[in-house]
Amino acid sequence: MLEVKDLHVTVEDKAILKGLDLTVNAGEVHAIMGPNGAGKSTLSAVIAGKEGYEVTQGTILFEGQDVLEMEIEERARAGLLLGFQYPIEIPGVKNIYLLKAALNAQREARGEGEIPAPEFMKLVREKSAQMQMDPSFLQRAVNEGFSGGEKKRNEILQMLVLEPKLAMLDEIDSGLDIDAMKIVAQGVNSLRSAGRAILLVTHYQRLLNHIEPDRVHVLVDGRIVKSGDKELALELEARGYEWVLEESVA
Amino acid sequence: MSAPERFLKRLNARRGEDPSWVAARRQAGAARFEALGFPTRRDEEWKYTDVRRIAEGDFALATDAEFDATRFDAQRLDIDAYRLVLVDGRFNPGLSELDGLPAGVSIEPLSQAIEANHEAVGGALGRLAGVDFSPFTALNTAFADEGAIVRLAAGTVVDKPIYLLMLSRANDQPVMSHPRVLVEAGARCEATIIEHYVGEPEAANFTNVVSEILLDRGAMIDHYKLQEASLADLHVASIHIEQGRDSRFNSFNLNLGGALVRNDLVTELNAEGAETHYNGLFFVQGRQHVDNHTLVNHNAPRTFSNENYKGILDDRAHGVFNGKVMVKRDSQQIEAYQNNANLLLSDRAEIDTKPELVIYADDVKCSHGATTGQLDENAVYALRTRGIDEPMARALLTLAFAGEVMEQVRLSAVAERVERAVAGRLPERFNLSDLVETAEAVQEA
Repeated sequence: MLEVKDLHVTVEDKAILKGLDLTVNAGEVHAIMGPNGAGKSTLSAVIAGKEGYEVTQGTILFEGQDVLEMEIEERARAGLLLGFQYPIEIPGVKNIYLLKAALNAQREARGEGEIPAPEFMKLVREKSAQMQMDPSFLQRAVNEGFSGGEKKRNEILQMLVLEPKLAMLDEIDSGLDIDAMKIVAQGVNSLRSAGRAILLVTHYQRLLNHIEPDRVHVLVDGRIVKSGDKELALELEARGYEWVLEESVA
Repeated sequence: MSAPERFLKRLNARRGEDPSWVAARRQAGAARFEALGFPTRRDEEWKYTDVRRIAEGDFALATDAEFDATRFDAQRLDIDAYRLVLVDGRFNPGLSELDGLPAGVSIEPLSQAIEANHEAVGGALGRLAGVDFSPFTALNTAFADEGAIVRLAAGTVVDKPIYLLMLSRANDQPVMSHPRVLVEAGARCEATIIEHYVGEPEAANFTNVVSEILLDRGAMIDHYKLQEASLADLHVASIHIEQGRDSRFNSFNLNLGGALVRNDLVTELNAEGAETHYNGLFFVQGRQHVDNHTLVNHNAPRTFSNENYKGILDDRAHGVFNGKVMVKRDSQQIEAYQNNANLLLSDRAEIDTKPELVIYADDVKCSHGATTGQLDENAVYALRTRGIDEPMARALLTLAFAGEVMEQVRLSAVAERVERAVAGRLPERFNLSDLVETAEAVQEA
């Protein structure tokens, strides 16, 4: 589904990603772990299309399409969705506006008509209940005045409504207490399906107790230096990142 | 013939006998208008607003007040209210609903007050809005023969909004109207007053309205001005407010329509504890021009004012904000806050903004600020990452900008109307109106 090959990215002339390779297949959950500054967030931002990142080499293919040639909104409509580490506050834009406009944009791209109002209302009520969000949240401006946990739940709510093919979650666990973590993990786990892939970017192993990955990758200094199954995450938790780095250099 | 002469000849052609107090007022207004003439851009108060389109026009006076009932229903706000309707400045009793007024509430058309030779009304009219205020006030004073006289006895809490609806028709010959609104709110009374200006899309008339609102001790008035005139209408208005002790005034000055619009809002905070809130929103497109001049006079200690005006300007539209706060020397411990934010959607739109604080007291809390800018690019990005294309993202953020003023609106019929109007002005394919309706439906469910 997602194929990243030899990806090199610079930010303000500083090399951040230095030849990153990653393949994610439908139905899989991948976790990318690594120390601070390794380039974890850069990877998801480049895939989502954030400005300020220059791809100097390499390719990103999503279902065979060249992602780097696509507009930001085209990527989302194709099914690539990024959950932000720091969800952006959008004063005045009600959650419900965002959800409906985004859903309709996606449907339009697929050649479907706008979602009928009753169906939409049923959908958003159901999904907000699943994320334990009061319906009044729908009337509130996107993320404005939300607590850290509410913002992250809101990111997952958007995923549940928009049903991406590839959900990328950047440090979705940061700033969450254990209860919020469980709600978020439950939301993410409900997204798991044979046709969908999930890419978790995280600093800590703790999230992976709640969302069990199929593959774990260690990103250090702009490259994936080690991949393994979920046991690798536990080992990282116990031993830190140093040994991986030493091993990769050796 | 000079422009003032051309306007005033219509006055001489008016039929009917006036009581002496009315005749005297007309004479004073006409004399003052003739002496002043129309303002030009050399006048500091009119620096950014050129009124030649008015001065060079030839406007008749409407002779009837007919309006198609079906179209009327489409134009009016759908609210349960005491309603007084003027059509091109003439009273339409059939469309008005003034039955069953509660005790302590009087709403009458100005023509009736004149006919009844109601001198008490004559005594109050013009006390706040004198003929020296501006040439347009003088012109209004000369012509005013219709409008709304609202009197609320002390302690009255009015159960429904008082809705003054001014309709402008598409006439073969453009007309002018000079409505006059007077509200006398007795001590501790509470009421909501709506002045709504709307009309047929092809209307090209000149409306020149003067409103005077007096709040006695402890009175609380919410005042809405909703201006949705046609894009060819010319609209000049001044609203004058006087507040007594512990009174509170909430103003919503919402302007969407009109080719050329000038609003003056002047408040006298005359006694301790008086408090005013100015909320303003305008959205202009094409070549629309909207000028808002506001003034708050803190004439007494411990008075409070808060002003928040927002403008959205597209195409080659032009906006003016001139907000002045004046604190007299002995007006200690006052608070005055003022903010003006403008959103430019086009490179060719123009805003002239001038916040002014003039403070002669030393123990005060005041702040003011003006910002003019474009949309938050981070927010545009965030919306695009959800699949919303860039023009739609910008439209949503524009709606949101207006929403910050509309959140203060307590009358949901007004808030929804404005939100839908703003949404409706953004490109149709965005179908923002549908979003607004969905949000309303979810809220109600």
